[in-house]
Amino acid sequence: MTETTLSPAPKVPMSRRARKRRNLIVAYSFIAPNFMGFALFTLGPIFFALVLAFMHWDGSTEMTYAGLDNFWKLFEDRAFQSAFWNTIIYTVFVVPLTLVCSLGLAILLNQKIFGRDFFRTVAFFPYVASLVAVAVVWNMLLNPDFGPVNMVLYSLGVDPKNLPGWAADKDWAMVTIILFSVWKSMGYFMVIYLAGLQGIPAELYEAADIDGANSWQKLTRITLPQLAPTTFFVSVMLTIQSFKVFDQIFMLTQGGPGTSTLVLVYHIYNEAFISWDLGYSSMVALVLFLLVLVITLAQFWLSEEKD
Amino acid sequence: MTMVTEQSNSTPAPVRYKRPRKRRINWGLVATYVAVILVTLTMLAPFIWMLSASLKLDRDVFAFPIEWIPDAPRWQNYVEIWTKIPLGLFVYNTAKLTIIVTVLQLLTSSFAAYAFAKLRFPYRNVLFLAYIATIAMPWQVYMVPQFILMRELGLSNTHMALICLQAFTAFGVFLMRQFYMSIPDELCEAARIDGMSEYGIWWRIMLPLSMPALSTLTIFTFVNTWNDFLGPLIYLTKTELKTIQVGIRLFINQYSAEYGLIMAASVVALIPVLIVFLALQRFFVEGIASTGLKG
Repeated sequence: MTETTLSPAPKVPMSRRARKRRNLIVAYSFIAPNFMGFALFTLGPIFFALVLAFMHWDGSTEMTYAGLDNFWKLFEDRAFQSAFWNTIIYTVFVVPLTLVCSLGLAILLNQKIFGRDFFRTVAFFPYVASLVAVAVVWNMLLNPDFGPVNMVLYSLGVDPKNLPGWAADKDWAMVTIILFSVWKSMGYFMVIYLAGLQGIPAELYEAADIDGANSWQKLTRITLPQLAPTTFFVSVMLTIQSFKVFDQIFMLTQGGPGTSTLVLVYHIYNEAFISWDLGYSSMVALVLFLLVLVITLAQFWLSEEKD
Repeated sequence: MTMVTEQSNSTPAPVRYKRPRKRRINWGLVATYVAVILVTLTMLAPFIWMLSASLKLDRDVFAFPIEWIPDAPRWQNYVEIWTKIPLGLFVYNTAKLTIIVTVLQLLTSSFAAYAFAKLRFPYRNVLFLAYIATIAMPWQVYMVPQFILMRELGLSNTHMALICLQAFTAFGVFLMRQFYMSIPDELCEAARIDGMSEYGIWWRIMLPLSMPALSTLTIFTFVNTWNDFLGPLIYLTKTELKTIQVGIRLFINQYSAEYGLIMAASVVALIPVLIVFLALQRFFVEGIASTGLKG
């Protein structure tokens, strides 16, 4: 029914125009149900967010034009600056850590070992498990005074004064969030890496065996280069995901102690739904968007350059 | 790291030879197993601890050394949680939302994806680009305007708001479209020549072929909707509308020291996801591989 059909044998003769028109209606009827929802609830709000960043609005009284007021406010807002840097720090640690862990896990679980499916399921499970539930468990496990983790450390001979305070200590809170995030999401990226590993032709390894390559050589000369597109994809996804971090911080530290784990999305949430400064929160959201955009483009650019 | 090709036990020899070398321990394999078991314990320990704590008295939860299997399991915890908070209602709300969103997502995404993958029409690429561009856009960037929009539509404090919010994602269309691209066009052509309508091709040919992609999308949508926290937190302020995630949070705030009960409620929240995941997981790696999600 497309125009490109080479052997058109229409049962009902129809003029070219009428057929084209009908094809068009059919195609749009496929798209319409999803696109209408998507346009109304996603595209619309995105454009509205852009406008709102240059407005003063508390959500109930009249909206007024703000010009660049919200933009200048960014420079006076200490909380925003902490949130900005904390987001960067979080991303800088989470992306490479998760990448390495999930790749290692994938290589480990791509081998023909006994109970492989079980181990894969277990590794993936933290990703699908409810964040509220697992955060609550980790909060108990990492309780500084009587949590099992510190108890184990204590029984291993760590001085009680040096026991980490985890989420309750401003020097450890970010570390806690980072470790938790790696634990939670590495299973998902492992699955993506597994899919990538299965796409590597077995002949490459057979050829390497004939040439007498050892495991390390096979890893660095075949596996890693062959996985480069996957690694690129994973790092882009991870970066975007890291900039969006919110839930685990809400559950584990509420941005504290102080502002030690305050991140951009948390600041957006606070400004919007606690202070009801919708214009300013949209400005922070705009900063978040630009950050994600710049970094994603930079990653694409870097990977082009390498090829 | 050992590779798949190093497996030695794959070919049982038909005739028994005496091996020239003595059997040696494959240290690589031993290391692999040790690593796998260590990782598995790290991943699993919090869940086992959760399960174990859910069967204890509050004062025994933090007893050290850890008592993994309680002497006298306190099943009472699993009875009490249903009366302390309206947990049954929360489960019902979440199940309702999750099922509606997942069904809508699967139908509308695969429907739209069929047009993007197999039909030609003006502005196809522009429209698809609009979808792609929003995948990278954090939801939090536009959650505030979206909230205002829903309020203007009179949808705040309704489940409808969350359904509208989650049922039409760019991700679903993208995932299904990638999968359909891998199905040969000739299949559709042949069906067209036989006089099948486009709707028929979608329903009779594409959908049955796309089980791996549909399963993958089901897992993602089900898990994301079931576990969603920020959405229900913002939109649902009435207790009778709340979902299980927000409900557990409520429970924690009200009964912060009732550890056993909190753990029992958490276990309840995990079970549906576990069931769906186990039921569909055999399609999962295949689904990810065939939808180009690996990049």
